[in-house]
Amino acid sequence: MTGCSLGFINPLSVLENPGTTAGDFYARNFEKKAQPGRVILNLGPQHPSTHGVLRVLCELDGEYVARCEPILGYLHRMHEKMGEVKTPWQFLPNLGRVDYLHPLAWNWAFVGAAEKLAGLTVPPRAEWLRIISCELNRISSHLLWWGAFVMDLGGFTPILYAFEEREKINDILQIITGSRLTMANFRFGGVCADGDARFFKLIQEFIPYLRERLKMYQGLVTDNVILRRRLEGVGPIDVDLCQRYGATGPILRAAGLPRDLRVDYPYGYYDQVELTIPTGPVNDSFGRYLVRLAEIETSLSIVERALKVIPDGPIIMEKAPKVSWKLPAGESYMAVEGARGQINVHLVSDGGKTPYRVKLRAPGFSNLSLFAEAAKGTLLADAIAILGSLDLVIPEIDR
Amino acid sequence: MDLSLAIFVQIIAAVLLIIALMVGNAVVMVYMERKVAGFIQRRPGPYEVGPWGTIQAICDSMKLLAKQLYRPGNVDLILYYLAPVLAFFPVLLLFLPIPFGPWLTALHINEGIVLILAFAGLGVLSNLLAGWASNNKFSLLGAARAVAQTVAYEIPMILALLAVVFLSGSMDLKRITEQQGQWPWEWNILLQPLAFFIYLVSLVGETNRAPFDLPEAESELTAGFHTEYSGMGFALFFLSEYANMLLVSFVAAVFFLGGYKGPIADGFWWLFIKAYAVMFFMVWIRWTFPRVRFDQLLNLNWKWLLPLGLLNLWATAIIMKIFL
Repeated sequence: MTGCSLGFINPLSVLENPGTTAGDFYARNFEKKAQPGRVILNLGPQHPSTHGVLRVLCELDGEYVARCEPILGYLHRMHEKMGEVKTPWQFLPNLGRVDYLHPLAWNWAFVGAAEKLAGLTVPPRAEWLRIISCELNRISSHLLWWGAFVMDLGGFTPILYAFEEREKINDILQIITGSRLTMANFRFGGVCADGDARFFKLIQEFIPYLRERLKMYQGLVTDNVILRRRLEGVGPIDVDLCQRYGATGPILRAAGLPRDLRVDYPYGYYDQVELTIPTGPVNDSFGRYLVRLAEIETSLSIVERALKVIPDGPIIMEKAPKVSWKLPAGESYMAVEGARGQINVHLVSDGGKTPYRVKLRAPGFSNLSLFAEAAKGTLLADAIAILGSLDLVIPEIDR
Repeated sequence: MDLSLAIFVQIIAAVLLIIALMVGNAVVMVYMERKVAGFIQRRPGPYEVGPWGTIQAICDSMKLLAKQLYRPGNVDLILYYLAPVLAFFPVLLLFLPIPFGPWLTALHINEGIVLILAFAGLGVLSNLLAGWASNNKFSLLGAARAVAQTVAYEIPMILALLAVVFLSGSMDLKRITEQQGQWPWEWNILLQPLAFFIYLVSLVGETNRAPFDLPEAESELTAGFHTEYSGMGFALFFLSEYANMLLVSFVAAVFFLGGYKGPIADGFWWLFIKAYAVMFFMVWIRWTFPRVRFDQLLNLNWKWLLPLGLLNLWATAIIMKIFL
């Protein structure tokens, strides 16, 4: 600043100082490696298209992204540590808050790990209820992603259409979970509430309704020429890149590898439903878009099948663990296919009141790591499209 | 001397009326935009303030007036405050040659469209200055986009208008209107459908509206060139954006849709109905389409609209030469 050369220091200049001394540790470090003549652009943590609090540092050459680096941790809530200081019962509601878009998959991962460790058996009706609610939840997660993704591309309207469907799913899930966002109705050895006649009737009505709406989306959004031009060929991610970064879920399937835990390592009663895993015809952003829309259809058919075969019976095992329940000593591991990929819970217990260690593996963390490579050399607008196509939920990544 | 004084007084009165028109138009357009958006998105839109939310826009403008003018650090002071003013003032001149009715023209000159196109080009200067002076990288990127886009889309726009000028043999907006008939089949749109289409596309590009709103693409650049403006600074940009929309819609109405002429009785009401129909179209596509990418936007212009415009102009000239 000129203030310094005049012999006095303006106290405000520390706050307003531009140039090299501005920015925090990450920005300064990133800037060191920048080539001259390029612009460092800081996207986020408050930016309309970073879905919450992701921060991406970009080095721009004109409008091309020469290099970029995601920075995490703005929504770190110490869920893993909370798992260590709370009893399993107390920790259960936390799981819905890890990924608020697909909370039931996280419920299932944790409850499943505890059940494996303690050797609990879940009654059949509870297993089917878990499948129904988890798949409906997956649909609502994909719908929200769909709306937010098109909004990233500049189309404002689809998200409100998607929310209309999401509201219906929330209405349905509210009956058995009691909540609309951070659901936590799974219990060790079952679920906490049974679906009544209205629950099943609403689902029966919802399935044909959503199929009809998906056709409308196809015509309204998927076949839109601007959308296709924006997505086709943008951000190709091949299987090799996915495997190097540990990316899972729709991204890996869009790359062409039919890897789905519901089929490969079925948990619950998933081995009793026939599943066709949609894989992408192309591995670009449009392929990921198509795979997610196809997964909505897959989830619908799973729910349809589950409604046919769901038996009557108890929804929770006899002598289910009570609040003061202690996990037996040992360790267990549960992997669940979430809307964004593979969710793992690794539970280590020393037989005490609280688990010794709870490791949560968030799929978004690995998926986000792809971004720096996938976005290299693309236009800024394409980088935003790629970021959207990875379907990131930042709370889940930061945990 | 008397004559020029009369014209001077006339222009002053017209400018005052035009300011009223601009503000009134912004109020109407904010309401229309939000209601149409609500209708498209299956939600009610504004409905709390006043009957059917009609005074929502007035309350919004009151809020903008009362807001603090926050100035970020290290801006270029003069340019930062000059830019919104510069966005607002050229628009006043742009409405002068528009014939609102057979006897309702603020400034009747032979080359009305030249005046409009010349001063419409000034609008982008304010965007550039705003982006540059804000000392913000998002603003700078938005400003750079605004310049490239507006300069590019002016050319097919002029080519499309030139085809109509060929047809009428005049650049006088009133004469162009007079040569069209009362009924829709007597309007220039039937003689020049391609030119109308080119004009319609480039008008969206020229006014930086979605799907061509690259300078303020919010999912990429937060708010583009006006990221750092608040209160009235933002409001002036907003006002001039809607005024520009109204202007290009007026020009579309005059050149292609018969201007103030219409069935039953000629008058300014027809001009307004036609202009607002064009504006409704712009609102409609804004809430329907995703945004194009910047290279696609320029490709559309240089590879499609410009050659088509030239071809159309060429065909018009040949047909005029042979048959008329």
